Amino acid sequence: MKRIITVVITAAIIVGLGIGWIAAKKQPPLSKVTVVGSSALQPLTEAVTKEYRTVSPQTSITVQGGGSGTGLSQVQAGAVSIGSSDIFAEQKDGIDVQKLQDHIVAVSGIVPIVNRDLGIKNLSLTQLRQIYTGKVTNWQQLGGPNLPITVINRAAGSGTRVAFEQVILKGQQAVNAQEQDSNGTVKEIVARTPGAISYISAAYLSPQVQPLKIAGVAATAKNITTNRWPLWSYEHMYTQQKPTKATREFINYMQSKHVQQTVVKQAHYVNIHDMQVQKDATGKVQGKE
Amino acid sequence: MDDLQKQLTQPSPESHQEWTGKIISSLAIILIGSLVLAILVFLTIKGIALFTDNGISIWRFLSQTDWQPSHQHYGALPMIVTSFSVTILAGVVALPLTLVVAVAITEILPKKMTGLFQPLIELLVGVPSVVYGYLGLTIIVPELQRLFGGTGFGILAATGVLFLMILPTMTSMTVDSLNAVPKQYRQASAGLGATRWQTISRVIVPSARDGILTAAVFGMARAFGEALAVQMVIGNTAVMPKGLIESSATLTSVLTTGIGNSVMGTADNNALWSLALILLIMSLIFNLLIHLVSKKGVA
Repeated sequence: MKRIITVVITAAIIVGLGIGWIAAKKQPPLSKVTVVGSSALQPLTEAVTKEYRTVSPQTSITVQGGGSGTGLSQVQAGAVSIGSSDIFAEQKDGIDVQKLQDHIVAVSGIVPIVNRDLGIKNLSLTQLRQIYTGKVTNWQQLGGPNLPITVINRAAGSGTRVAFEQVILKGQQAVNAQEQDSNGTVKEIVARTPGAISYISAAYLSPQVQPLKIAGVAATAKNITTNRWPLWSYEHMYTQQKPTKATREFINYMQSKHVQQTVVKQAHYVNIHDMQVQKDATGKVQGKE
Repeated sequence: MDDLQKQLTQPSPESHQEWTGKIISSLAIILIGSLVLAILVFLTIKGIALFTDNGISIWRFLSQTDWQPSHQHYGALPMIVTSFSVTILAGVVALPLTLVVAVAITEILPKKMTGLFQPLIELLVGVPSVVYGYLGLTIIVPELQRLFGGTGFGILAATGVLFLMILPTMTSMTVDSLNAVPKQYRQASAGLGATRWQTISRVIVPSARDGILTAAVFGMARAFGEALAVQMVIGNTAVMPKGLIESSATLTSVLTTGIGNSVMGTADNNALWSLALILLIMSLIFNLLIHLVSKKGVA
């Protein structure tokens, strides 16, 4: 009796597996796209991926963080299909730009933030430069309370920092200061430390911290599109020179008007089609032709 | 007759079992051994690339205090000093408390309380380090800020977090080593008319000394290698620590912030691998220390 049951169960399993295998064979093959790199861009990519599943169910997309440097070196090595990055490949040592193709998928504003209790809401570009080069060390020198300035910088080589230094420092060397890697930690620290100043992606802004205006201009999407707000950077997706069809289609979808107007906007990035200016790797800005 | 002879001269199924077991376990050992070896070789090759390919001298790397990878300054001394200060301070603060708690659990508290405390401590061992880091960032750092002024980030905050992290591990190891002291020691000591304090301080703790030291070294090894929790509270400023409440950076915190932002094969990246190599060498030394200490054990 026992033996019969065993035989029946085994037979059922084998038949089940066989049917499953045949069914799987009939499905169109899954094409895989791997996106690795910028952790700032990761939430946006994940949100788009979720929607893309309904558009193109036979593409399987994996999204991973790891940092812009990792993304660029992995895509250069051919280990992943897309390397996402907050900075131009030209700005990174050890990357062969000729091998890669740049796709801009969003524009991200960068906003200086200070502690809420400080009472300062506006600084000029020069004042920001003086703070970040260590020439000004007390808020009193800028019309604030008598409080030492706690400068919090971003990790060396990170996209946000490279973009910030390109616009603010203009080649001068930054003061030796605290370095933090993630937008979340930076926000937490600035919210808790009196006299702290730092900068984060606009997507991460929250009422915990006080965003600064630069010379009276606020970091709105509209001001970014005209470069009146100068602190912004592109979010790139780099591929090898000849990306696969699935990769190309995913990037096209990411750049499509529909995604740019919905998901990108909701994530507090700026629509790439709205931009009236363009920036090159050296930081030069000019009107879009 | 033939059958019996055959049965006796041929290997039995049980001996086959022995053989299969032996093969499987040696395969497992070879696998683990080669994994460890691969890690060692890989890290060494990557770690010395800075000195062989990028022409930075080891001596400068170890003795200079200027760490600015973007300007080709690779001086690792500040991180080495900070890593050691944090580790040693955490160990020194944690050791006495561990000892008191462990003695209380094994010798003084009634059995019921022990049954309550021990699982509690073991539970703390399993708490992920990011939780300790977050506690540090939201409680310890602001508190230090209030007490001493400044930002609150620095070696002292890291010591506090690491102290919390290694305390449970060290305590449960110390409890085990105190429990391993034979009952007869206690009985003999009581028979000689010693008080409980005398028994604890002169008999039990000295005979468990090596176990306690092993626990301390083990805890410090964990503190030395901890990255995430420390990174959240140390401040990540790669300069020589000027005080306990000044922002500084450890080997691990520089590694975690930097590795994703540099490109494989560049000097910046190689410098980070060299830091990792230092970490590896140090943890090997900690391991060696544990072996040396526990070898001479009595209890």
